Amino acid sequence: MISHFKTMVCATTTAAAIIAALPAVAEDTVKIAYIDPLSGGGASIGEVGLKTFNYLADVTNAHGGILGRKLEVTAYDNKLNAQETLVQVQKAIDSGIRFITQGNGSAFAAAIEDYVTKYNDRNPGKEVLYFNYAAVDPVLTNDKCSYWHFRWDANSDIKMNALTNYMKTRPNIKNVYLINQDYSFGNAVRAEARKMLAAKRPDIQIVGDEVHPLLKVTDFSPYVAKIKASGADSVITGNWGQDFALLLKAAADAGLQVDWYTYYAGGTGGPTAIKQANLPDRVYQISEGLPNEPYAPAREFEKAFRAKTSVSLFYPRAVNEIRMFVKAAQDANSVDPVKVAAKLDGMKVTVYNGGEGFMRAEDHQFFQPMYIGNLGPIGKDQPFNEENTGWGWKVTGKIDTQDTILPTSCKMNRPS
Amino acid sequence: MLELVTISALNGVLYGMLLFLMASGLTLIFSMMGVLNFAHASFYMLGAFFGFQISEIVGFWPAFFLAPVLVGGIGALVERYGLRRVHRHGPVAELLFTFGLAFVIEEIVQMIWGKGPVDYRVPLSLNFSAFTAFSTNYPAYKMFELLTAIAIFAVLLMLLTRTRVGLIIQASLTHPHMVAMLGHNVPRVFMLVFGVGTGLAALAGVIAGPALVTQSNMAAALGPILFVVVVVGGLGSLSGAFLASLLIGLVQTFAVSINLSVADVLRPIGVAPPNGGVLFDVWNVTVAQIAPIIPYLLLVLILIFRPTGLMGTREH
Repeated sequence: MISHFKTMVCATTTAAAIIAALPAVAEDTVKIAYIDPLSGGGASIGEVGLKTFNYLADVTNAHGGILGRKLEVTAYDNKLNAQETLVQVQKAIDSGIRFITQGNGSAFAAAIEDYVTKYNDRNPGKEVLYFNYAAVDPVLTNDKCSYWHFRWDANSDIKMNALTNYMKTRPNIKNVYLINQDYSFGNAVRAEARKMLAAKRPDIQIVGDEVHPLLKVTDFSPYVAKIKASGADSVITGNWGQDFALLLKAAADAGLQVDWYTYYAGGTGGPTAIKQANLPDRVYQISEGLPNEPYAPAREFEKAFRAKTSVSLFYPRAVNEIRMFVKAAQDANSVDPVKVAAKLDGMKVTVYNGGEGFMRAEDHQFFQPMYIGNLGPIGKDQPFNEENTGWGWKVTGKIDTQDTILPTSCKMNRPS
Repeated sequence: MLELVTISALNGVLYGMLLFLMASGLTLIFSMMGVLNFAHASFYMLGAFFGFQISEIVGFWPAFFLAPVLVGGIGALVERYGLRRVHRHGPVAELLFTFGLAFVIEEIVQMIWGKGPVDYRVPLSLNFSAFTAFSTNYPAYKMFELLTAIAIFAVLLMLLTRTRVGLIIQASLTHPHMVAMLGHNVPRVFMLVFGVGTGLAALAGVIAGPALVTQSNMAAALGPILFVVVVVGGLGSLSGAFLASLLIGLVQTFAVSINLSVADVLRPIGVAPPNGGVLFDVWNVTVAQIAPIIPYLLLVLILIFRPTGLMGTREH
């Protein structure tokens, strides 16, 4: 209901702007539309993202903003619905916003990418950029790639590649079970896991390959019973949000003792469930950054971030996104989306937690060092614990940028 | 195989009992007052959050008794100052009232406890495994869930069919004027029934909170399935709700463990699957994949072929 109120306020301000016949939005602000679920099953995830971007805007503004202008994040609730997502995109564009960021749900990301590409074709001079901070379906930077879409998160294939490279070195893995959410991303995870494990460790048996409805299951015990019956020693899952927390909780109840190789164990509710399941050092996450890495600037950032928002930094990639956006605008000496896009294309930077990263020009996929870590009781030199559990992330493997690079099938249409 | 069957049966019964804990209050309110309470799952959620908050301060066991009483009290107030006024305008108004109430409660919960999950844990006194079947642990807490549900079923059934209070309640539904003539305060009876019904939902919340995740969307997640239970069981039938809960719990659990698709069934008799298109997907969907929608399929079939439900006596 609050979000309805917000949209009403947005609509009213838009109307006021049109009545006053002002040229677009006020000149001294640069607006980013944040379009993600802020109600329903995905709300807990969407809220964390919003807190992150609001914090990043504050930090940017404290350091002079973008070319002296204020960076402002405007939130739109897409209710985890593709149709609603496009309504919100249209609403944002109508109110003069030229930069959109979204991350939760590859199906919605695909809808935005498609919409923005068509919109830019039809409206030269009014281009809109789409900054994707978390939707990882590989297709977005392969067959469906677009010049106007930039992805800061490593796509699912990159993550699976890193994860399976790590699993390759663990001889105790013999029987693997796959359980994923039934939509484009979940299916990408299972297909790639099968392919890569078959290539790297042909001796590993895939003893189960399950999909379940997205954010609808409340009791995972039947699924856990199936995992148990299969004799798996490791599980690979791309589950996020409550689908991860509830799965782990059911596993805890049944006393399922397996290793978990995940994408999103650190999301809201995840660490709490892992602690309850009492699986110290057995739940792994692959991502572009974990708290407790020894890189000092990242630690300082994490500390300040937690103090202000009371959540952990789950999206280091969002930090890279905003920093690169600011840099691109400065390099171009303009906030015109076309000029910003031209600077982002191929941009090389030092990423949030140290090391080199670059936005590959061929497909606008960002490449960066990747980290594998597991959650357990914190020890020395582990200043951060998660969700007040007393358990924190420990990095067990790092993959350098060069080793994360995968080919792309993207044939990009570039503006002439 | 035997292992999976046994464990699935156990899981199905456990899940079914949790459903019954929630559906009992809903069916009570419906059968006694004729009100289809859309906000029922919201009271369940309130129970979970109250249970969490109280157990933070004084521990789980006081919360187990206090939270349902408090939420039941809120329910009674809602009936007294909301539903009773709306009642004059007929059942559609009542339905819309409870529908709106569900949103209000969700918003309030989000304001107080936020949108993320709260750390509501199983009490230490029940945090051990009751027994082990085929190397799978069965938590004592789930057994506690099961026993509570059965106890509630027995007590409610006794109360309604064997006591004077039950007699007056049942009479108030069909012959409110006559009961009032005999000197009973019918509106107060309704208020009590609504209070007890919502209290039962809250009890389910207190118990389910630690077992599932306590967060502000838990009402929306479990709400729809409750209506399936009540309709399949027969609107207003307590025994029906009990049976339907068990049935749905078992059906859903077993469906998850079946990896059979249309293609698997038709291949041995020589029907080749289509090469692509929409049908290709339909062909290869397994029973496990559609498990969560099977209860809704059951709902549709029951409404078509046996509108009174399994044990229902009245048509609505």
